[in-house]
Amino acid sequence: MGKTYGAGAKAAHAIADVSLVVDDGEFLCVVGPSGCGKTTLLKCVAGLLRPTKGNVLLRGKRVTRPPEEMALVFQEYSRSLMPWTSVANNVLLPLRHKKLGRQERKELVRESLEAVGLGGFGNRYPWQLSGGMQQRVAIARALAYQPSILLMDEPFASVDAQTRGDLEDLTLRVRDRYGITILFVTHDIDESVYLADRVVVLTHAPTEVKEIVPVDLPRPRDQIATKELAEFAHLRAHVYRQIKREQAEPGEAESGAPAAATVGQ
Amino acid sequence: MATRGDVVTAVRASEARSARSMFPLDRLVVGLVFVGSIVASLLIWELLSKGGLISETDLPAASTTFAKLWDFMHTEAFWTAFFQTVRGWALGLAVATALAVPIGIVLGTSDFAARAFRVPIEFLRPIPSAALIPVLFLTLGTTLKSEVFLAAFGAFWPLLIQTMYGVHDVDPVAVDTARAYGLGRYERLYRITLPGAVPYIATGLRIASTVSLILAFTAELFMGVPGLGQKVNEASSYGLNEDLYAYALATGFLGVAIHLAMTGVERRALRWHPSQRGVL
Amino acid sequence: MSARTSSAVKVAAEIAVPVALLVAWQAWTVHAQSQYFPRLSTILVEFRELWLFAQFGTHVVPSLERIVLGFGIAVVVGIALGIPLGLSRWGRLAAMPHIEFWRAIPPPALLPISVVLLHSIGNAQKVSFIAFFCVFPTLLNTIDGVRGIDPTLADTARSYGIRGFARIRRIVLPAAMPQIAAGMRVSLALAVIIMVVAEYFSSTSGVGYVLLISKNTFQMGPMWAAIVLIGVLGYLLSVLFSLAERYFLAWHRGWRAAIPG
Repeated sequence: MGKTYGAGAKAAHAIADVSLVVDDGEFLCVVGPSGCGKTTLLKCVAGLLRPTKGNVLLRGKRVTRPPEEMALVFQEYSRSLMPWTSVANNVLLPLRHKKLGRQERKELVRESLEAVGLGGFGNRYPWQLSGGMQQRVAIARALAYQPSILLMDEPFASVDAQTRGDLEDLTLRVRDRYGITILFVTHDIDESVYLADRVVVLTHAPTEVKEIVPVDLPRPRDQIATKELAEFAHLRAHVYRQIKREQAEPGEAESGAPAAATVGQ
Repeated sequence: MATRGDVVTAVRASEARSARSMFPLDRLVVGLVFVGSIVASLLIWELLSKGGLISETDLPAASTTFAKLWDFMHTEAFWTAFFQTVRGWALGLAVATALAVPIGIVLGTSDFAARAFRVPIEFLRPIPSAALIPVLFLTLGTTLKSEVFLAAFGAFWPLLIQTMYGVHDVDPVAVDTARAYGLGRYERLYRITLPGAVPYIATGLRIASTVSLILAFTAELFMGVPGLGQKVNEASSYGLNEDLYAYALATGFLGVAIHLAMTGVERRALRWHPSQRGVL
Repeated sequence: MSARTSSAVKVAAEIAVPVALLVAWQAWTVHAQSQYFPRLSTILVEFRELWLFAQFGTHVVPSLERIVLGFGIAVVVGIALGIPLGLSRWGRLAAMPHIEFWRAIPPPALLPISVVLLHSIGNAQKVSFIAFFCVFPTLLNTIDGVRGIDPTLADTARSYGIRGFARIRRIVLPAAMPQIAAGMRVSLALAVIIMVVAEYFSSTSGVGYVLLISKNTFQMGPMWAAIVLIGVLGYLLSVLFSLAERYFLAWHRGWRAAIPG
């Protein structure tokens, strides 16, 4: 099944014209130079922001508010978790309005926490956990929601390098286990190539799609083996070059022109 | 919850977005809602009274009250009373400031002094200054001195606490940097600590100002010290409800004017110094 | 001075200073022999005779009742109004002139009016007077607390489809609670002050009433005992509030402590 996303301009410095199609079950990474509106794009897809031009379509239907099939994992995990209640209750939160029995919910929470490796931590407060563990709670919460699509906004940027590797593998395992489609925004090029089926490279503002790079590396991916492959280095260099080129040329048009076109809308 | 810095950025961002979409028309609507709300409540007041829901003796109509106030404003007696209250407020606040800021600085910088005096402050602070009214009445009588003493006593505590917080909350990195550059103790105080404490002191001033006005008025109300409070008491004793409401309204306007002025001062102090603190 | 000795000195000072002040108070009153400032020892004796427990039921209980009721109503109203106002920009705009006016007017200015309007000097009059003015600190802080909710948290709630009453109950209210508690604390302190003033002006019972009567009859002992009692009540209430806050907002302290830097 295909899902079409065509997002347009939002405000003066966001997205000019981005058109993407995401396939069912695929792992799509989005990279680009800093400030190119990656987060804005994700928020439009998630239904948190409304595109001023174009549409976000989920299985043919327009997205006007956050759809039930999507879950979003933010970069600032500590600010997206509720500090006043336990980890288990945090994971439970999105389930409350789904029509499920109490036992079912408890089971889902337990299962999700185990899937991210936090089996015994349900009773702690989120702020008692390390950064990496907190992000895992956020992922567990997204999983418990049983989405078919997972949106992740630079989720591992605020986590130390070693934990990042663990979390990347966790994401892959989760994808395999639950068959979810993942839209993953990152500025880490290595990460994007390591995880993705395809990598979308965005331009500098005003943002468009510069290139979509298919990643044919064998699955299951491995932090050491995959990164040793020549193909990995080649893909990585290619993406890096594209982004570098974007950073050297500050966009195709003066920032004045598109701004004039979208301000006051 | 975000720290204040993040909230400010977030609020500014959303304000920037809404400002960008704020036509002159939008601004007009805002003004209309604001003014309309006032007009609506005045109308309700008028209707409640004239319409008979509450007897006109108990609740003089808005029109009557404003008319009465307008008449008052043409009399010398009114303005005398008005400025007597202002004087009591101002002197009370001035005395409180002259005491609270220096003492607050001392207590704020010296950990030892702060701890030594913690218990007395904690205990004296919650004593409502209002409780001292009878003592003042008997000792200092119905003079300006009573009013100023009461107002100053009440205004002292919040200002003291805020000054202590402000001095205590100074950025230790800034102080260390200054020390590394060889600035002496008093210079550090003057150049780093005090400027950092200014926003707190400004907030303390705003709170102290409110307290000072309340107590100045209370002194006039209960002790008969000349001023608006005394006029209110008079009107109340003689059952002159229209006068009573008019004076109460005048007091309200005075309170609003003072509050706006002090909030303006506070805002300026906050804007000038980027600080991260909670909002009262 | 080593860290330990200096800490020991601090503790000693914490005890010594209040004691020294009390001793000084006693010494001064003994020396001054003023009829208006009885000895501290006399005041303490009077205090025990009056409030423990002869007049406790007659005066202390009504006063406490009024404070608690007035405060309780103020908090409920303040939060109930503050949440929708915090969430609605237009609501805030419409309410702003009123809030700004009523928070700025000195409450005593309305004491005679409250008696006139309600035709009574009974409990209802005092409780409603206290409640009315104590609404504002809680209300304002609730509004600020609601407005200051972390946008990431708000986005999270939205993306999981949490709306309406559930959102208020599970996200908005807990997130704003620390700020609301700060406002409640001010409301409580205000309640004590307004109670005294209201009773002093028009009452037939209560600590403020005792204050007035003893002044009128030149009874210094009971007057000072009442003053001390008011201070004690204020202090005890504030301690109780701190304990409650510590319990209910334990998560907040832990969370702030865990934030780096």
